[in-house]
Amino acid sequence: MSSESTTKSYQDELKTLSKNGLWNNNPALVQLLGLCPLLAVTGTVVNAIGLGVATMMVLIMSNLSVSLIRNFVNDAIRLPAFVMIIASLVTCAELLMKAFTYELYQILGIFIPLIVTNCAILGRADAYASKNNPVFAAVDGFMMGLGFLIVLMLLGAMRELIGQGTLFADMQLIFGESASAWKITFIGDYSNFLFAILPPGAFVGMGLIIALKNVIDDKIEKRKAAQESVKTGSKRVRVTGNIS
Amino acid sequence: MNTEEENNLNEEVMSTTQSAFRAAFGLALFAVLTAGLIAFAKLGTNERIIEQEEKARLAALYALVPESYRNNDLLKDSYLLTSPNATEPRTVFVAKNDGQASALVLPWTAPDGYTAPIQLLIAIKTSGELLGVRVVEHKETPGLGDKIDVSKSDWVLSFDGRSLENTTATQWQVKKDGGDFDQLTGATITPRAVVSSVYEALNFFEENKVALLNQSAQSSLDLAQAGQ
Repeated sequence: MSSESTTKSYQDELKTLSKNGLWNNNPALVQLLGLCPLLAVTGTVVNAIGLGVATMMVLIMSNLSVSLIRNFVNDAIRLPAFVMIIASLVTCAELLMKAFTYELYQILGIFIPLIVTNCAILGRADAYASKNNPVFAAVDGFMMGLGFLIVLMLLGAMRELIGQGTLFADMQLIFGESASAWKITFIGDYSNFLFAILPPGAFVGMGLIIALKNVIDDKIEKRKAAQESVKTGSKRVRVTGNIS
Repeated sequence: MNTEEENNLNEEVMSTTQSAFRAAFGLALFAVLTAGLIAFAKLGTNERIIEQEEKARLAALYALVPESYRNNDLLKDSYLLTSPNATEPRTVFVAKNDGQASALVLPWTAPDGYTAPIQLLIAIKTSGELLGVRVVEHKETPGLGDKIDVSKSDWVLSFDGRSLENTTATQWQVKKDGGDFDQLTGATITPRAVVSSVYEALNFFEENKVALLNQSAQSSLDLAQAGQ
């Protein structure tokens, strides 16, 4: 009985973690953390994926290691210890990208080491991983990272499409030569729309995505409220046709 | 009474120093562990990174000098050059057709890149005409200045065929400054740096042509004092 209830609460927690990371508490859309890399590298989908995946890996590993050591660090050295963990993980990520995706590493350049300044990572380490067991912490890192990655890709796709008239250009930088065929050109002879490529375009695109999320949230809320009011016995009067 | 208070105080001081020591020790331990992790990753990837860098450099080198210009081994027919452009000696490659020098690949640095110096390879025919220019290392803004990289845009190909003869000093600038070369959308500093560097390199080549082309392979040449 008790084991059944723990598995249930286990599943509940995993569900909440996924919901929070992907939607309710999305690091990019709700917490608005890590905006510097988010706005800077989302010029194309391939850049977005590169940085998004690197950030996700760092998030998972940092959450996992912070959770593993959570009982051994006292409050005084908590933050410096977390910062050290995150910094070393980011350095490792940089080395790995340099070794295995050298061209992408050259394109993303300074933004890979800058992952270390992504507040979402320290934020999750301190707010969640330092208080929960390693499995939950790793899942939280994965979900938050995935939420971040999806927003990056969405913004990257928007800006690439509007700015350059293409989608999935240069994918071979990550996925090897065969991926160069993935490029979709929507408008053949497109003179770049500079606004979408430049940082202001990123801000506006980001604003639109956040607005869209809020509209959807609003709709969901309204529908819920409507359902509840029906359940509790509404006193709506049904009116058909015009009363003249 | 008095001594008791003193004792309490002493104990408190003791415990704070103790916890401070413990914290410092803990942090030191973390520093060692994380530094170890980085060292481990560095060791594991080092070989591959060097390989990748070498590959990128060679690919750029061979793409620069078409096969009709060389039937020699570029890597063998190379020497170390100390130029006013850089403090340390760098490798110059000489393309030869049947022993006759046909072109030269000159490493050059544009010191005024947007974030960091831009490393260039500049291939010049013996006539002084540019075979091509490639950017081998840069830290320019992704999506803007990084278009100087040939994998991102064709901009750098606009140097092909240019020389000091067919392009005047004023034309060796970006269009914004009244020259011949396109600036990149949203980034002027980067192309400006590259254009002026290529111009500088061409002048350097013109002034030291004889020394540069006749230098024997696997030796070193010091032109640091050469006037520019």
